[in-house]
Amino acid sequence: MSKNLRITNSKFIDQTSRISFKFDGKTLYGFKGDTLASALLANDIHLVGRSFKYHRPRGIMTCGSEEPNAIVQLGNDPSMTEPNTRATEIELYEGLEATSQNCWPSVNFDIGAINNFFSPFIPAAFYYKTFMWPASFWEKYEYFIRKSAGLGKSPTKPDRDIYDHRYLHCDVLIIGGGISGIIAAKTAAQNNLNTVLLEDKNNLGGTTIFQNNECFKINNSYSNEWLSKEIVSLNSLKNLTIKTRTTLAAYHSYNYLLARENLTDHLSLNEKKDKIRQRLWKIRAKKVIIATGAMERPLIFNNNDRPGIILSSSIKKYIDYYGVKCGQKISLFTNNDTAYETAISLSKSGVNVNSVIDIRDKSNSSIVKEAEKLGIKIHWKHTVVNTNGYKKIKSIELMKLSDDGTNVVGNKLNEECDCLGISGGWTPRVHLFTQSGGKLKFRDKDNVFLPTKSKSEQISIGSCNGDFELDDVIKNSNNLIKEFLNINSSDYENLEINCSREIDKKNIWLLPSDKPLGKTKPFLDFQNDSTAKDVKLALREGFKSIEHVKRYTTTGMGTDQGKLSNMHALGIIAETAEVKMGELGTTTFRPPYTPLTFGTIVGRNVGKFFDITRKTPIHDWHVEKKAEFENVGQWKRAWYYPKENETMHQAVQRESKAARDSAGILDASTLGKIDIQGTDSSEFLNRVYTNDWSKLEIGKCRYGLMLNEDGMVYDDGVTTRLGENHYLMTTTTGGAANVLSKMEDYLQTEWPELDVYFTSVTDHYGTVSICGPNSKKILSKVIPDLDLSDENFPHMSFKNAMIGKIRCRVMRISFTGEQSYEINVQSGYAKSLWEKCFDAGKEFNITPYGTETMHLLRAEKGFIIAGQDTDGTITPVDLQMDWIISKKKYDFVGKRSLYRTDTIREDRKQLVGLLTDDPNEVLEEGAQIVEDANKKPVEMLGHVTSSYFSPNLNKSIALAVVKSGKKLNGKKMIVPMKNKTIGVTITETVFLDKKNKRLNA
Amino acid sequence: MFLINCPYCGERDQSEFSSGGEAHIVRPKQPKELSDDQWAEFLFMRKNIKGVQFERWNHAHGCRKWFNMARDTSNDKIHAVYKMGEKPPIK
Repeated sequence: MSKNLRITNSKFIDQTSRISFKFDGKTLYGFKGDTLASALLANDIHLVGRSFKYHRPRGIMTCGSEEPNAIVQLGNDPSMTEPNTRATEIELYEGLEATSQNCWPSVNFDIGAINNFFSPFIPAAFYYKTFMWPASFWEKYEYFIRKSAGLGKSPTKPDRDIYDHRYLHCDVLIIGGGISGIIAAKTAAQNNLNTVLLEDKNNLGGTTIFQNNECFKINNSYSNEWLSKEIVSLNSLKNLTIKTRTTLAAYHSYNYLLARENLTDHLSLNEKKDKIRQRLWKIRAKKVIIATGAMERPLIFNNNDRPGIILSSSIKKYIDYYGVKCGQKISLFTNNDTAYETAISLSKSGVNVNSVIDIRDKSNSSIVKEAEKLGIKIHWKHTVVNTNGYKKIKSIELMKLSDDGTNVVGNKLNEECDCLGISGGWTPRVHLFTQSGGKLKFRDKDNVFLPTKSKSEQISIGSCNGDFELDDVIKNSNNLIKEFLNINSSDYENLEINCSREIDKKNIWLLPSDKPLGKTKPFLDFQNDSTAKDVKLALREGFKSIEHVKRYTTTGMGTDQGKLSNMHALGIIAETAEVKMGELGTTTFRPPYTPLTFGTIVGRNVGKFFDITRKTPIHDWHVEKKAEFENVGQWKRAWYYPKENETMHQAVQRESKAARDSAGILDASTLGKIDIQGTDSSEFLNRVYTNDWSKLEIGKCRYGLMLNEDGMVYDDGVTTRLGENHYLMTTTTGGAANVLSKMEDYLQTEWPELDVYFTSVTDHYGTVSICGPNSKKILSKVIPDLDLSDENFPHMSFKNAMIGKIRCRVMRISFTGEQSYEINVQSGYAKSLWEKCFDAGKEFNITPYGTETMHLLRAEKGFIIAGQDTDGTITPVDLQMDWIISKKKYDFVGKRSLYRTDTIREDRKQLVGLLTDDPNEVLEEGAQIVEDANKKPVEMLGHVTSSYFSPNLNKSIALAVVKSGKKLNGKKMIVPMKNKTIGVTITETVFLDKKNKRLNA
Repeated sequence: MFLINCPYCGERDQSEFSSGGEAHIVRPKQPKELSDDQWAEFLFMRKNIKGVQFERWNHAHGCRKWFNMARDTSNDKIHAVYKMGEKPPIK
């Protein structure tokens, strides 16, 4: 340490345990209890970063979450590094490494700082205005703008840390562990209420816990001593849970809140290992008490951003709490009494206070008298007009304010200093209150927005509710808590409280300088480098809404969301536009209150836990046979089974040929299965399917198409009548859940009189599908007792059968156009059934095929896949499936929509087949179809929905939807691609076995 | 995030429910008798009011029952939940 900036009387710093850390590669030391900011200040390091736009040197300004400047890159491990962390909130740990951001090559010598000299040419919205022309250049500009955007660097590898989510329910949630939060917690817990107290720092007590001043006493003790005892007394309360290092991030309706608990960030690198890093608490509270306190405001004057300019209350915390002197010759600049508390603390700790510069004419409060008694010099009715020093403040220039405060008069005084404390009054932290939907009101006396009407069961107490004097805080909090919790009396009645009260108030949002505004740099948003000039420019250019001014000037848009000086921006806007601040309102406070890591948000839902994976009971067999898998919804389905070095194309060609030539076997377990029972089952099916179901015999299967009420195809599948009042419906793999809920919806809300019950049985059965000319022979080996003759067991019928002692249902249905059987057994038996079928089929070269081959085979037959060939805009008529629409039925879901003027149009897109002129050319799915490429604009007539090379037909085939397609059979069309155009001919949709002979071959 | 009082299960978190849009739109019994405009009225037209709105909700990850809710869209206050087929308890 070059200078001794540490004093030794702090209770909160353990000076026996020294901690080493690195900042910008240099090894430094601090103590247990330090934050990175306090440790840097103790090492006389103020310059920690460069500003966003002008790359001006910036230092630590605050001691909390509102910090705009001291944001650093933490760690350098590519998977663990974290950008934009606030040095004021990072607790020091052994091995900590931090680096400055937004500077190159280093924070001390930063090339980008040249922007500072160009700053007259970089006003608000410079980028918007400059990079508009010519429009075609945007892509070139973008490359450079992106490079200069953002502050820190993202990690490049996956996060190794563990994160966690948990739920918490309580009677009373108290946010903030300062003096009013502690009063609330004790009172609630003493009254048998299950109480939770959250505090974002590592210990309780807020600012009162280091308020060691003669002027602030409770029952004749210093307020910090009184509060310490109160905190100790909390330990004996059984109903109270205290969570420190826990920040409330979001306050949603119905008292649903999200809080982030920091579990290991303060531990050394070794201690952190294998522990949960951060936990997101999902809280549901019956009642919420917000006690989030207030933030000190800066003052807006020329060059108010130099390293060494720090909020006055933060200087007080650094000296009283961390035992760190922010400088050795400190000046203070204020418009209120709190700076005098800092002056007294500094003076008592032996720091030389140059003077207090106060814009007010006078103040008669006891704290100011106390400061005067200590011999502290006060410049009444003065303002700082400029500051000097590039990387650290060296001196300030002050002048007397004119009577109306808009100008400066008299001679300029110079005052040397190495630190300037600034205090512009206090802003209640109302962020959470407004997040929950509460409305604010403006109090003119001290220019604050305060909570009023709330939507939820909540109150705000303490300084976040506008009580800034110690006696008001205690008395008003106590009364509000009692009323809110229906309690008659508490421990906090009739306390004897002494405190200094502020009587004289004065506020000037933008302080005058001896230079014209255009020649000054009064910063408003320190992180985004927007100045009072920028805000005024935006108003001159016609922006009126504060939301627009915010976005145009970027005031309040950084990682700090402008916590520090949003109020000044509002004040300057209101003044310039001559409106009342209360009418102007605030910008919207959105969650999170402080930035959250992505890890906290996703918790455990990463990697294989990101989503549920559903596997069929036969899955392991496919894995063993090295199948490639495809995701279908949450299901893992075998896609194809490559042999040796086969490509996907080769495997699919082989599988497709085998299925048609001899036998193929498919795992169809993922198809949705819904068990339907009840005396009105047939009637229900009649209402939801387009075709007629009343005459389906028991033991028979039927294909059905389901529409939305708007007439568009929704899902399809085969349903089997198992008994008089018992059906088994199958749906598409992806549509199962939606079909079930849609049917439940109709049953419960439109037709509650029907006696029908639905049960999802998708997971209960495994389904093995065998197809091909030899399928019958194979099945007869597996179930020898079953009569498979076409007379006894024709296409579209169903039989119960036994394989040994295992019951199974066999459906003779086909999605490939081949003779085909689907065998359903209880899931547990599915894999052994599959193996049995596979063994029985070996002599016929039975070939397992996946979803790709299944799709190819059905396309050869022109069978649609709902969701691939349809997209929610296709009716059954568009599909040329008029045959499936019952003429007899008066009504079914979607029927009326089939003859709306729009749905009977003949030029709708209709399903057709396509053949390419070159039979080896396979079209791309999604490719557009046009008739005349020379017509401008080119008219898109439709697009390809399914496309394959068919090994059975030895040519490329495709399905497509084309305008008026039905009438265009035989017509030539063009499919324009990036480097070529492909000639195609429109055909019928069925390419193979038009007479369905193979079904009974 | 609402806390919804399912009429069959009691208070549950909103994440268990799915919303089904405006309530009390009865599917016409004789769609054939309706003009295109009348059918479109049933099919497409929905209110989006600021104030108390009657909505269908489904306890999708619970009892799977549909029910109705009177919710003020301006402040998300749920004034009533009631079963399908019941008349709204408030106006």
